[in-house]
Amino acid sequence: MTAAAPAAAVKPRRRWAGLAGGGGGGRVSRVAYLYLVPAFLVMGIITLYPLLYQVWMSFTDYGVQNLRETAPPPAWVGLDNYVNVLTSALAIPNFDFLRIILYNLVWAFSNVIIHVVLGVAIAVLLNTRGLWFRRFYRAMYILPVVIPPIIVATVWRAMYDAQDGAVNLMLSGVGVLFRIPPDFFQIDWLRQVEDPIAFIPLPLAFYAMLITNTWLGWPLNAVVATGALQSIPNELYEAAEIDGASSWQKFRNITMAYLRPAMLPYAIYGFVITFNLFHLSYFMSQGGPFGRTEQLVTQAYRLVNEQQLYGVGAAFCVIMFFILLAITLVTNWLTKATATYNL
Amino acid sequence: MTSTTAPAPALAKTAVKTGKLRRDRLPLGRQLLLQLICIGILITVLFPIMWVVSMSLDPLSRSRPEGLNLIPANPTLEAYAQVIQQPTNNPVSFLELAKNSFIIACTSSLFSVLIGVSAAYAFSRLHFRGRSVLMLVILGVLMLPAVATLTPLFVMLNKIVVTLPVIGEFNLRNSLMGVILAIISGLLPFAIWNLKGYLDTIPRELEEAASVDGATTNQTFFKIILPLATPALAVTAFLGFVSGWTEFYFSWMFLTKPQDFTLAMALYAMQGQFTSTPWSLFAAFAILVAIPPAVVYFFAQRWITSGLAIGAVKG
Repeated sequence: MTAAAPAAAVKPRRRWAGLAGGGGGGRVSRVAYLYLVPAFLVMGIITLYPLLYQVWMSFTDYGVQNLRETAPPPAWVGLDNYVNVLTSALAIPNFDFLRIILYNLVWAFSNVIIHVVLGVAIAVLLNTRGLWFRRFYRAMYILPVVIPPIIVATVWRAMYDAQDGAVNLMLSGVGVLFRIPPDFFQIDWLRQVEDPIAFIPLPLAFYAMLITNTWLGWPLNAVVATGALQSIPNELYEAAEIDGASSWQKFRNITMAYLRPAMLPYAIYGFVITFNLFHLSYFMSQGGPFGRTEQLVTQAYRLVNEQQLYGVGAAFCVIMFFILLAITLVTNWLTKATATYNL
Repeated sequence: MTSTTAPAPALAKTAVKTGKLRRDRLPLGRQLLLQLICIGILITVLFPIMWVVSMSLDPLSRSRPEGLNLIPANPTLEAYAQVIQQPTNNPVSFLELAKNSFIIACTSSLFSVLIGVSAAYAFSRLHFRGRSVLMLVILGVLMLPAVATLTPLFVMLNKIVVTLPVIGEFNLRNSLMGVILAIISGLLPFAIWNLKGYLDTIPRELEEAASVDGATTNQTFFKIILPLATPALAVTAFLGFVSGWTEFYFSWMFLTKPQDFTLAMALYAMQGQFTSTPWSLFAAFAILVAIPPAVVYFFAQRWITSGLAIGAVKG
């Protein structure tokens, strides 16, 4: 091992150096592979091989009967699983593939927009010079982030309980001031079937989880925005003041200009995280009512865990892979397209 | 950016002084208005937390909280005592659940960081054929949610059954070790990517000096890179630990023996029994689970964000 290193150092292979791109001193090292072996050996066995195995499974009718060691191999069904998933022809209740994707996209978009706007607004608020207790607020506002997501989801589910949940109790407490009878606030937040807003086909559970995820999501956005705000040199504002700029002009042309390059990559990252967010939908609404708040990840988990349709689940995951790939390519393109944005 | 901050020093000083004087004074009315907004936000942030804390103090005889009280009537710690003894209907104590979660979290995060750092070093510093392709492979896996490998891992690990002398039949799928393997499968790409991002920020001067003195790649890695990367190693391990501590998908799918159950599984089971168990039990349990990672996170926050190159571990 040690003998190989100096040899590689002395005899650089220039023709590889160009291909390698990035990185250190511009010399090709064979010792590099030794550093990669452990990671790729492990990944090969427990990640890459399973992923390929999953592709094979997706073309079979793999089910519980094939789980035993001595069981016969599952039957080859060709593209049946894919067709059944894509045309929503699975024999399970409330499965509508198109609805799941659309809901998932709406969920991710609406969350990220709210998180970013709130995060920036609160960061700007806390950045006000001369504001009392700024450090105290900053420290306290980070609390939602430090709680494990599974706890957040289960606690908020209890908060939305129709009878004893804190949300309804608080609303009826406020409602008394306006002479609204307390029985009015027996809202079944996570299970109500009728849509609260007539012309938007989204169940109340969506809005409830949107509130929870906002509670959870804005603080980190505020942290990122605060970092960007503090990098803005004071001189810019002073110069703008001398030139007679209004506060709105200063906010638009200085603050926003500095925030954009910091917030955009984080917003894109947040989009992907929210798109794949498992805990809220699984633990709070449990996909309901009628599977209308099911996301791709939760549906995939249900197919495998509850329905034990391993072949179908595999096909579903392969399709999900291509959807995520498309999203990644688009977001990468977006990041690149905006990376060249200069101040 | 640097050009704007580099006028003559004396001039800069006066500018900062006057700026400070002018800006630090906030009119009282405005100050009070902003304070009101800040307190409003603080209430929304603290509301769920206070609610759970107050609920956990309810006596066990009260199945659901009696309205919104900061401190309930007859507060007691008996829910905590009960939850530590036996949180669910399964005959498992809190410590046994915590032990399983701890084993899962520690093993998977330590392995991922140890294996990950050498690969991260290769990606950050060494040149080799296929570098960009292999990096794309890592990124591709990183992009996938944990659920993507659930089906094949379940089926594959389920096939590994060994008959051991003392334990009897051992099914890798139905064991902590199987869950650990599945978690590492998702954690390792994260560790590699996060550590590579951190190593990229370490200046190269030290290594160049070492290589002038004739240090080999291995010596550079062990004597220079590893010590410098300690903060990032600790942060990556901590984040891996937190995700393992409350891991749900794999444990819920794989484990069937009560002595293997984890904290997250018990939490989910308690939620399923909402109608029959007092809420104070659930609240006390949630608090006990959340406290260890929350305390570390809260106090090491600055340190954690500086050692974090990308966002969070996938859930």
